[in-house]
Amino acid sequence: MSTKNSGLLQSLWDFFCSLKLAISLIITLAVTSIFGTIIKQGGTMEELQREYSAGAIKLFGAMDLFDMYHSWWFILLLYLFTVNLTACSIKRLPRVWKLASVPTPLLESGVEKSLSNLYAFTAKGTAPQIKERMVAFLTANFGAPVITEQDGEIHLFVQKTPYSRLGVYVVHLSIIIVFIGAILGSLFGYKAYVNIPEGGEVDKVVTRTEKSIDLGFKVRCDKFTVTLYDTGAPKEFRSLLTVTDNGQEVIKQRATIVNDPLTYKGITFYQSSYGPAGDSTFHLTVRSRNGALSMPLTLRQGEAAKLSDGSTVQVVESTDEVGPMMPGFSGPAARIEFTPPGKAPQLFIVFKNSPNFDEKRGGDMIFTYDSSDAKFFTGLQVAKDPGVGVVWLGCALMVMGICIAFFMSHKRIWIRITGSRVVLGGSASKNPAGFGILFDGLAEKLKQVEKP
Amino acid sequence: MTSSLMFNITTFSYLISMLLFFAFLASRNKAIGMGGSLAAYAGFIAQTIAIGLRWNESYVQGHGHAPLSNLYESVVFFSWTIILIFGILDMKYKYRIIGAFVVPFALLGMAWAQLSLQSNIEPLVPALQSNWLLYHVITCFLGYACFAVACGISIMYLIKINSESSDSNSSAGGIVATFPSARILDDMNYRAIMIGFPLLTLGIITGAAWANYAWGTYWSWDPKETWSLIVWFVYAAFLHARITRGWVGKRAAWLSIIGFAATIFCYLGVNLFLSGLHSYGGSR
Repeated sequence: MSTKNSGLLQSLWDFFCSLKLAISLIITLAVTSIFGTIIKQGGTMEELQREYSAGAIKLFGAMDLFDMYHSWWFILLLYLFTVNLTACSIKRLPRVWKLASVPTPLLESGVEKSLSNLYAFTAKGTAPQIKERMVAFLTANFGAPVITEQDGEIHLFVQKTPYSRLGVYVVHLSIIIVFIGAILGSLFGYKAYVNIPEGGEVDKVVTRTEKSIDLGFKVRCDKFTVTLYDTGAPKEFRSLLTVTDNGQEVIKQRATIVNDPLTYKGITFYQSSYGPAGDSTFHLTVRSRNGALSMPLTLRQGEAAKLSDGSTVQVVESTDEVGPMMPGFSGPAARIEFTPPGKAPQLFIVFKNSPNFDEKRGGDMIFTYDSSDAKFFTGLQVAKDPGVGVVWLGCALMVMGICIAFFMSHKRIWIRITGSRVVLGGSASKNPAGFGILFDGLAEKLKQVEKP
Repeated sequence: MTSSLMFNITTFSYLISMLLFFAFLASRNKAIGMGGSLAAYAGFIAQTIAIGLRWNESYVQGHGHAPLSNLYESVVFFSWTIILIFGILDMKYKYRIIGAFVVPFALLGMAWAQLSLQSNIEPLVPALQSNWLLYHVITCFLGYACFAVACGISIMYLIKINSESSDSNSSAGGIVATFPSARILDDMNYRAIMIGFPLLTLGIITGAAWANYAWGTYWSWDPKETWSLIVWFVYAAFLHARITRGWVGKRAAWLSIIGFAATIFCYLGVNLFLSGLHSYGGSR
């Protein structure tokens, strides 16, 4: 029974150690990832119904394709990939570790046969003299050698960057560290969202899964401003934020803009969106066409005001920039509902930038839009991610590991002196062509100095 | 002297360079090959000046930002990086015939940018106002350029292998006579990818760092992010298959071409066909 078990374990281990599994997983991850870039991710039901048929929604929904990067099967693939990566590394590491950590100072015949870079010649003088010259040559041209005398032969050995063999395992480890950081973030962090009207203060935020989270301090939006370029494109979204903790204003009116978030106690607030806060105040002027009447009006949106003749006025809708909705106009605009006594309500628009526009409407009463104390709300993305430092550590290791794996090589040079017979040998763990050039250069130099 | 004049000179130089390289293929006249390289370098210098001028022009207009912010500027920069990588290879390995298969990519980029893309200098929207833009774009495009060069070399490899197997006893060898040996082409394909892969990795990481700084999420499976990961996977598979399984030659060449196709889709396809955070890269 136990042998059967260990046999099963062994084959499971072999399965996870195989490079075939690794390449299959990489290809599967790559191919399935494409689905998520074609199929809309994380849309509302209404959005999905607009784009897909009922059958497609049912099919894709059953396979979690509308949120595939968080689906059980995609996460499972990522876990399998991690286990595979770990198993592959564990299996191969001991052998590579030995190659890197245990020097091979002897150029024995077995080693010699495995080398493709060899140069042999007969030197003048006694073995000790030759040794002295060879040591000087290696020290000058490659590095100070380790000298071993054994069975009447003298072996000189120099190696460079043996631990560069571990570069690829540093990369594998870094991927696992990035995953650990991601898992830490998803367990102990959150992504949330909050809208704060100008002058408003919040101490709670709502996560994407509609969970309310206590910040433990208060954030107030003192002011929100949008600046535009001459072209009408947005230049800056700026919220002035104040953080109050235990009744103390710990951060005062910090300007928070896109690409410059505010962080307090590990929670970061990112400028993300904005909108009208609803309780804006509008300053209008109403005058009668015959000039008998002219009076200023101060209205809040949705609030009806009564004029002296008994008619009512109300701002039903407003915008800061009417251009996109009404080409040819620009700037703030408001939709007015005007109801003369005993008559049907009239709906029309007034424009701040076109004060004479309402005259053309032909009504008895003419309205102008003078100004508004438009209030905004600022939309802030809120994130707490204690794993992000771990992710950056993983990324730094990854870049380091890749550079070691590609650009550094474990280079070894041997010289064996048997009487007057000298053999120069060399090997490198990477870039054999480049090492061949280096070796040929060494051999050429040796030929020059040892010229008979 | 304006940047647009210099960009015209650039495109013209790359055209001359490509034609000279084609003539070099046909004639095997070394002087013509030399001319191809020189025309490419002249274009490169003109383009470098043009990019600098455009940068300066953006300051004169009061916007003041590196010329890396829209599709036009990115295509121009892409073609600049392609010639840069070609130049390094040419100086280092002296196989300038590679230019015949690499310079056309750069020329294509310049011609497309100049003929059909909006070349206005636009001010930066808030999301792009960050130094990360520079680091992110430069690392990504240097990586892309290495992959473009690797793709050109792989095409040469496949042509070389095919002609060698079809007319192995014809000593003339046709146009492939000027090609380096198949072994060298295979090795250079690997080298180009070996340099491109860390650059792509850096590009993805700087993108993630920027996203975290701007939105609080370093990875959100946005189509651009996902496709860059797919490209990363393709080249990771290439490197693993080569180093541990000995995938060289034809299979490596095809993988390199597939990788570059994925790269181009990641760069352009995502903007043209899919939606996402990189939509500012669109031509409108």
